[in-house]
Amino acid sequence: MIVKDAVCPFCGCLCDDIEVEVEDDRVVAVTNACELGTTKFMGEKRLKNPILRYGDEWKDITYDTAIRYAADMLLSAERPLLYGWSGTHGEAQCVGVHMAELVRGVIDNTSSVCHGPSILAIQEVGHPGCTLGVVKNRADLVIYWGSNPIDAHPRHLSRYTRYAEGFFLENAFRDRKVIVVDVRKTETANIADEFVRIKPGGDYAVLSALRAIVQGKTDTIPRTVAGVTREQLVRVANLCKSAKFGAVYFGLGLTMTPGKYKNIRNAIELVSELSRHTKFTISAMRGHYNVYGSNEVNTWMTGYPFGIDFSRGIAFYNPGETTAVDILARKECDAALIVGSDPAAHFPRKCLEHLADIPVVQLDPYPNATTAFCNVQIPVAVTGIDAEGTAYRMDGVPIRTRRVLSTDYLSDREVLSRMYALMQEAQER
Amino acid sequence: MTELLVKNACVIDPLRGINAETMDIAILDGKIVEEVSDAAEVIDARGMLTLPGGVDSHTHICGTKVNFGRYMSPEDMRAGRTPRRGPLHATSGYSVPTTYGNSYRYSVMGYTTLLEGAMAPLEARHTHEEFIYTPLQDTMANVLFDGNWGIMEAIRDGDTKRVAAIIAWTLRAVKGFAIKLTNPGGTEAWQWGKNVSCIRDPVPYFEVTPAEIIRSIVEANELLGLPHSVHLHCNNLGTPGNYSCTLGSLGLIPDLNEKRQTLYAAHVQFHAYGGSDWKDFCSKSEPIARFVDMRPQIVMDMGQVMFGRTTTMTADGPMEFNLYRLHHEKWSNHDVELETGSGIIPVIYRRKNLVNSIMWAIGLELALLTKSPWQCLLTTDNPNGAPFVKYPEIIGLLMSKKYRDAEFATIHPDTEARVPLPAIERELDWYEIAVMTRAGQAKALGIQDLGKGHLGPDADADVAIYPLRMDEVDPSVDYQKVIDAFSRTEYTIKRGRVVARRGECLVDGSNATFWVRPKVSENYDMGKDPDFIEKFDRYYTVRMRNYPVQEEYLNRNRCIETEARI
Repeated sequence: MIVKDAVCPFCGCLCDDIEVEVEDDRVVAVTNACELGTTKFMGEKRLKNPILRYGDEWKDITYDTAIRYAADMLLSAERPLLYGWSGTHGEAQCVGVHMAELVRGVIDNTSSVCHGPSILAIQEVGHPGCTLGVVKNRADLVIYWGSNPIDAHPRHLSRYTRYAEGFFLENAFRDRKVIVVDVRKTETANIADEFVRIKPGGDYAVLSALRAIVQGKTDTIPRTVAGVTREQLVRVANLCKSAKFGAVYFGLGLTMTPGKYKNIRNAIELVSELSRHTKFTISAMRGHYNVYGSNEVNTWMTGYPFGIDFSRGIAFYNPGETTAVDILARKECDAALIVGSDPAAHFPRKCLEHLADIPVVQLDPYPNATTAFCNVQIPVAVTGIDAEGTAYRMDGVPIRTRRVLSTDYLSDREVLSRMYALMQEAQER
Repeated sequence: MTELLVKNACVIDPLRGINAETMDIAILDGKIVEEVSDAAEVIDARGMLTLPGGVDSHTHICGTKVNFGRYMSPEDMRAGRTPRRGPLHATSGYSVPTTYGNSYRYSVMGYTTLLEGAMAPLEARHTHEEFIYTPLQDTMANVLFDGNWGIMEAIRDGDTKRVAAIIAWTLRAVKGFAIKLTNPGGTEAWQWGKNVSCIRDPVPYFEVTPAEIIRSIVEANELLGLPHSVHLHCNNLGTPGNYSCTLGSLGLIPDLNEKRQTLYAAHVQFHAYGGSDWKDFCSKSEPIARFVDMRPQIVMDMGQVMFGRTTTMTADGPMEFNLYRLHHEKWSNHDVELETGSGIIPVIYRRKNLVNSIMWAIGLELALLTKSPWQCLLTTDNPNGAPFVKYPEIIGLLMSKKYRDAEFATIHPDTEARVPLPAIERELDWYEIAVMTRAGQAKALGIQDLGKGHLGPDADADVAIYPLRMDEVDPSVDYQKVIDAFSRTEYTIKRGRVVARRGECLVDGSNATFWVRPKVSENYDMGKDPDFIEKFDRYYTVRMRNYPVQEEYLNRNRCIETEARI
């Protein structure tokens, strides 16, 4: 059987043109997906059933026992943390918010360690953006800043920019210019028309210089700015101003380097400035296929995209205080539910030391680095493979993922709904 | 079987011509009935003002741009928060509350049906997801067609039937209720950073004018037999002198429908400006109201501005950019491929600002100068003119000259020379307010036959009982009592169940989503049209099979099937 138009649950591109060939409830071939997506569809070794840590051993337990364990853990915790959410569907994220509200916990998603700073910048200056198809059909200039799509979002270039067909471009490949700005010559830089190499930590200064040039203050610019020559800066500014439609895509190279959210603010303000001359947009290269969905769900349910603390009943948001890394580093939280992410692979050591000291339940199909910190792990169906659900593409377009396999695994939504029902019952008693 | 009897209600039910009659309202399983058994639960309304549940025919509560308004505004979220309590979830936000915040606050004011004013088809799934979390109101969404490539091409080819066919396919795919045109043509031009100034400017590349778009889509709307008319946000919003553009747009509209208007003109306050620049900016509410008085085919809503902080959000991206250049606040924009766009900026409307003061006056003037309340409905274009929680104050202003004068004394002193408001003596009565906040809105939306906006047998049992006796309150003097009563029902009943009482929501409900499925002949099924399919595949970034909103996103939905004439 071949499933057409399947949705790839890997990165924020959320490609929805995948063909998956299934035989005997196994994926045997994947067409159209990149290497990252193909690997995900082809699957790894999944956990067969929930497991409970028993001394140095793992013991198999039933879903009922595992779900009860998690519900009890959250109910008896004083400051539970519900973290992750980027690798699951929106319907499960909604249940997660209700659970956090019920136990007065903190709910945070992976954006606090990736594009959280981008969100803070947007909260200061807004976000002139667009859907990916607007760029595909119109943009004659695309700038990748601190992002390397060939490695991280492999089909971004072919579906939306460099190699994509565009309605308003006669010969899209020839007519569309690509600029790459980075601290090293990445794979993506190799296919760029212009590569701007910045000294590490110099993004803010370069953005400021470009803003000044766009405002007509070229004479204030020194001979070089963070290793970039004035000539190149002027050339880039002119390319921007003379473009009919320019699009900036930035990645963690801008978000998580010195300057952090101020870098993003500066980039957005450059785009706002360019909007006075021509059409310009800017967008974040979001990582997980549904990290943006997690921000969306949190926002309509609580008012905030991440880092929400319900300990006072109301939704309270203060990134740096109410975000997962901070709660763990301060040794505040006394239980953690991890869904659809792998914090042990990404968090600072200090956080992991605390994670090792508290009860942890993880919902994840696969054993991962966080498994080592878990008391219980509950395997679930993989959204986009054996579970359906909503995901939001990096540009905010929501797509319903398809189920290409049928298995007996419960989805995240099903497991969490059962957990939530137990918690509601316990509260009512 | 659940039965409820509301006794001694002082009912105003304009769609049935009932004006302040004391009567009982019998409810069985969520519907109004002639009578119920003795076993029915009884609510004694003790002569209190009782109206059909409120209907908001133009509000922004759910979807991509609304949520982005929240996302970018933690300061607004902090400005209104309530904790989880009983069956109720925590809420945040003042001008753009969370979905629960919208739902609870509307419910406390007696509103039971809401129309989301602007849904981009490509992002419709998002709107429906938020509808699910708007539990205490029935919901429906206008679908944006202002910059739709396929439609503009069909208009260029003079093929109105194809325009209708594309609309039919799209409405069905995205589970939409009606057609919205926001700055027609302008949203497409804005994807090049340009705009159209009024109805005669051609749209770049497509070479059709807004006037052609409006006329053709109005015709297509009637070919499809849709319950609601075209819902138009005119070109050139918010600029001095734009009233002539508004009159030109309204003048395009023939009278094509016996049951309702042929055009719903949204938030006309923002389109009723005189002057040649901000320096001689003035009110042109009078010519607009006179024009509408003579044309039963037009219904408008006020788009009233109230002083204070709010967030503006619209599909009209170029307008938001202009506003950004005036205010220098944060600015968001979101263009949507092949379809439309949107923009958001926060604003503060200030009494001390002359332009803002004039805007405040214009909205009120439109309501007071338009003869028939059925033709000028009460809205703020929530949250653009003000958050909907300001509706009670607007009702107070419309019912009391004294209140208006008191407010007028606090605004910019030069306003008097620029607006007719101080000379208007009219005070609206209870009946007119009932028309402007439910009956007229239901009629304009074409949902009265679906049991909305009235309390006749078989209507949905959506009832608002306000803690006020008409014989004890003179609204022209006791306006504060009017405001208090409309701010907080004694009871809000939704589908036969008490959902709010004295400012407290009592239950976690579940809504119904109304959507339209026009039945078209095989030849006009765009799902089988090779040209439509080919363009979709080449230029959208979502596959055609993944585009339609699945049934999973609809709660208890009500699909309205229409017999299209194509």
